[in-house]
Amino acid sequence: MTKEIHRPRPEKDRLRRTMMFMNAQKPALIRDAYIYGSDSIILDLEDAVAENQKDAARFSLYHALQEIDYGDTEVIVRINGLDTPHWQEDIRVCVAAGADGIRIAKCENAEMVRIVDQAVEKAEIEFGVEVGRTLLMAALESPLGIMNAYEIVTASPRMFGCAISGGDFRKSMHVQIEDGGIEMLAARGQMLLAARAAGVQCFDTMYPNVDDMEGFKKEVIQNHKMGFDGKSLINPRQIEFVHETFAPTEKEIAYAEKLVLSCQAQADAGIGVYTVDGKMVDIPFFEDAKRIIKLAKACGVYHGEL
Amino acid sequence: MIIEKNAIAGTLESSDAQVTVEPADHLEINIQSSVINQYGKQIRDTVRQTLDRLEVSDGIITVVDKGALDCTIKARVECAVFRAGNASGQGSPGEEQ
Repeated sequence: MTKEIHRPRPEKDRLRRTMMFMNAQKPALIRDAYIYGSDSIILDLEDAVAENQKDAARFSLYHALQEIDYGDTEVIVRINGLDTPHWQEDIRVCVAAGADGIRIAKCENAEMVRIVDQAVEKAEIEFGVEVGRTLLMAALESPLGIMNAYEIVTASPRMFGCAISGGDFRKSMHVQIEDGGIEMLAARGQMLLAARAAGVQCFDTMYPNVDDMEGFKKEVIQNHKMGFDGKSLINPRQIEFVHETFAPTEKEIAYAEKLVLSCQAQADAGIGVYTVDGKMVDIPFFEDAKRIIKLAKACGVYHGEL
Repeated sequence: MIIEKNAIAGTLESSDAQVTVEPADHLEINIQSSVINQYGKQIRDTVRQTLDRLEVSDGIITVVDKGALDCTIKARVECAVFRAGNASGQGSPGEEQ
C-alpha cells in the first residue's frame, strides 16, 4: 500500500553540523526535538530503548513522523543492529513513516550496507515510497569498521556519510577518553580520509560528559580543525557552540568572496595561476572558496551578493 | 484484531499516555485525563478511530492521559492492541489491512 510522506525529499549534501540523539520511546523528547535547532535529529530505536519496548518505540516513531512537522530539521533514525531480531521491522517503519535517513549502527563492512540498502528498497516498493529516497549513514564503532570505512561509505548511492561512535570504539581499543583526543586520533583521521576520498560527509562522536562544557568545546574545536562536517550530540545545550565553531568566520568569507570574484575575472582574461593579497592561488583555491561561500549561506552568515 | 489477553503500553510520564486493554464481549473506552474537559472528546475520537482502523470491536480500553499528543495516543493504543493480540513486532504500525 502507498504511504503519504509529508517531508520534502532528503538531500545528501545538506548542512549537518549537529545531529542530536533523541530516544524514540519518549513522547516528550520526540515532540520537542525540532525546537532546539539542531540540523539533524537522530531518533534512537537502538541503545536508548529497552529490549521490551522496541515495539512501542516503533509505533511511537511512526506516528510522530506522520503527525509532527519537523520543518527544516532532518530526521534520521538509528536502527537496531543487524545481529538483532529488530532491524528489518525498524527499516519498514522508517520508510513507511518517511524518515529522511537511517543510521546503521555498528557497521563493519560493505556487505552490511548492502543488506540494509536492499531492505530499504524493498520497503520503499512495499509502501509506494520513491525508490532511493531514504538516505543511509554508517556508524563506525569498531577497529574493523574504521579499517573498512572507504568500502562502507561507497557501498550504496544512498550513503551520505559516516560517524565514529566513541563509546564502543574506545572499549575495543582498550583506551579511555583523553584530554586532546589522542586515543582516537588515528581512527578519526582514517575515517576522515575515507569520507573525503568518497565525497561523503564525516561526523565525530558525541561528548559523553554533558556537564564539562570546557572539555566539550575543546573537542568541537579540534573536530572542526580536523575537517569534520559535524558532530553527534546528546544535549541541546551543546548545539550553539558547534554551530558557531563550524560557521566560516567573517575573514574567511571576505577572502573567499574576493577569490571567487577575482577568479572569474582572471578566467575571462585567460589566466590560470595568479596572486590574491600576495599569495599564489589557482583552481583548487577557487573550489574551496566556493565551498566556504556555500557553507556561509547554509549557516545563515553570508550577506554578500554571490 | 482480537484482544486475546491483557496488555499495556506507554508510561505515566508527562506527555505520554498509558493504555491498558483487556478482553471483553463488548467495547468500552475509559479515559482519565487532567485535561478531560478540554480534550476528552478529541482523545476519545482518536482512540476510537485507531481501534476502528485495527478492526477491534470488543475489549475494555483504559487510557490514562498525561498530556499526550494525538500521535502518542495512537501509538500507545496500537502498541497495546498488537501486544494483546500477540502480534507486536509484526506488521507495520499504522498499516491498514
